Amino acid sequence: MSLSNEQVVHLARLARLSIPEDVNVTRKQLDSIFVLVSQMQTVDTTDVEPMSHPQELAARMREDVVTETPCLAAFQAIAPQAEAGLYLVPKVIE
Amino acid sequence: MTLSPIFDAPVSVLRRALDEKEISSIELTGLFLDRIEALDPGLNAFITVDRERTLAEARAADERIARNETKPLTGIPLAYKDVFCTEGMLTTCASKMLSNFVSPYDAHVVSLLKQAGAVNLGKTNMDECAMGSSSETSYYGPVNNPWEPGHVAGGSSGGSAAAVAARLAPIATGSDTGGSVRQPAAFCGITGIKPTYGLVSRYGMIAYASSLDQGGAFGASAEDCALLLSAMTGFDPRDSTSLDRPTENYAAAIEAPVSDAARPLAGLTIGIPKEFFPDEMGSEIRAAVEEALAQYRALGASLRDIDLPNARLAIPVCYVIAMAEASSNLSRFDGVRYGHRAAEYADLVDMYCKSRSEGFGAEVQRRILAGTFVLSHGYYDAYYLQAQKLRRLIAGDFQRAFAGCDLIAGPTSPVTAWVLGSMSDDPVQMYLADIYTTPVNLAGLPGLSHPCGFDAAGLPIGLQLIGNYFSEARLLTATHRFQQATDWHLRRPPVSAPAA
Repeated sequence: MSLSNEQVVHLARLARLSIPEDVNVTRKQLDSIFVLVSQMQTVDTTDVEPMSHPQELAARMREDVVTETPCLAAFQAIAPQAEAGLYLVPKVIE
Repeated sequence: MTLSPIFDAPVSVLRRALDEKEISSIELTGLFLDRIEALDPGLNAFITVDRERTLAEARAADERIARNETKPLTGIPLAYKDVFCTEGMLTTCASKMLSNFVSPYDAHVVSLLKQAGAVNLGKTNMDECAMGSSSETSYYGPVNNPWEPGHVAGGSSGGSAAAVAARLAPIATGSDTGGSVRQPAAFCGITGIKPTYGLVSRYGMIAYASSLDQGGAFGASAEDCALLLSAMTGFDPRDSTSLDRPTENYAAAIEAPVSDAARPLAGLTIGIPKEFFPDEMGSEIRAAVEEALAQYRALGASLRDIDLPNARLAIPVCYVIAMAEASSNLSRFDGVRYGHRAAEYADLVDMYCKSRSEGFGAEVQRRILAGTFVLSHGYYDAYYLQAQKLRRLIAGDFQRAFAGCDLIAGPTSPVTAWVLGSMSDDPVQMYLADIYTTPVNLAGLPGLSHPCGFDAAGLPIGLQLIGNYFSEARLLTATHRFQQATDWHLRRPPVSAPAA
């Protein structure tokens, strides 16, 4: 299969990436990945159960208790912009 | 710079020297720091080295040794792949996105090794976000292969592998999603093991593809890998995929007595998948691997042919799954809580897009885009779901094979270390080099690479051994017996300081 330039732009938008400077180049690189990937379509997997994980693990449950100590200051010290315990972002509600 | 015996020594010898007070950890660590300072400019194996911090850890280790509170790695210097978070220290994942990220906490592996008294020499270079097979996509520049500067060190854990090969560190940690421990180990002529998925906690190991990522160990030999791996494994409730089972002492396991010293591997059956020896395989790699297999037979192992019919699909399957999981995992990098934020932006969405596109390199963005596509409406079944179904077929092949053999052997990589930049124009060409390592991650099995020869250009060739779940002791023991009878693991690259 091959992607269109519009699809590449749409994917960038979905992935919250800037539109590539040269969409053609990106599209061609993605196309070559999907040429490789198309080998997968040659196998009939009708009755095969998907394997999402190497170990068949049940979700581990634990008591609902506090396990961590507050570390807001340490985490906010590395934030691009934080103030009064809050992370600052551009205004989203007018 | 010639190699002094101390740099070349196995960890067990360093242990004895520390315990018998022939050398202190401060002195030992200082020697390695000096060697890094002298030689790393030519290799670029390290991203961050903090001498004062490292020496403080060595001093604390010396105090423990003086109090006789010694564990196997107390006072032993080691390097961490920069994918492992280290509290109070830069942890970049070789990405501009995290080039300002001083981690507020330690990865579980780092906590375990700290408790064991190991000394952190520094953080090693790698492919950005562990996405690559050559350590060329690093924001901090490519890693050079110590055997031949100008050639890649392999990847993604290329800095750790190059550091151990050049003896800038006795041992180092790595992580392996599609071969990122085993392939650089092969390219740099050292030993590297990726254990069974779930044995090493992923807590604080920056995520690439969560169902494939697994921490691993590098050393010159199986013996050194066994010591490091024993200290890295253990149940961690903070990783929901960590396996709750007793830890093993691999270092003790590989020294188990054998009844027939001439044939220490008698009773071991090694399966040889014909799919790993295609007609177009390079003759030098074939010869080196076949010679190693003959050595295994001489040590008492029996060889038998096996089939892994679906392994040929492992590259597309592994890449689809990895890219899908990456597109989800990397959505956390949004320029809000940590990491790079663009200087100028119009609104929130613009801030996300600019921060991410400035912060991530081309290969990472490509994989995010491809991963977004395979998870998108209308394509999910044909790509992501189909990959998961094929994953089961590939894992099933291994279980059928292990009904008739104990280990599986073949080349680690179809090629040796290529020239820096020679594969950069065609990412898919590079993906193809992961043909023998990716099936192992899909199944979640343990795999190991050990050196078994050189090509005509003097670049190392690796043999991969694959075991069934939880067979790390068997993998390490077989390699240890091989290394007791051969000297490939004792060869060292002629590393010299770059001209000033």
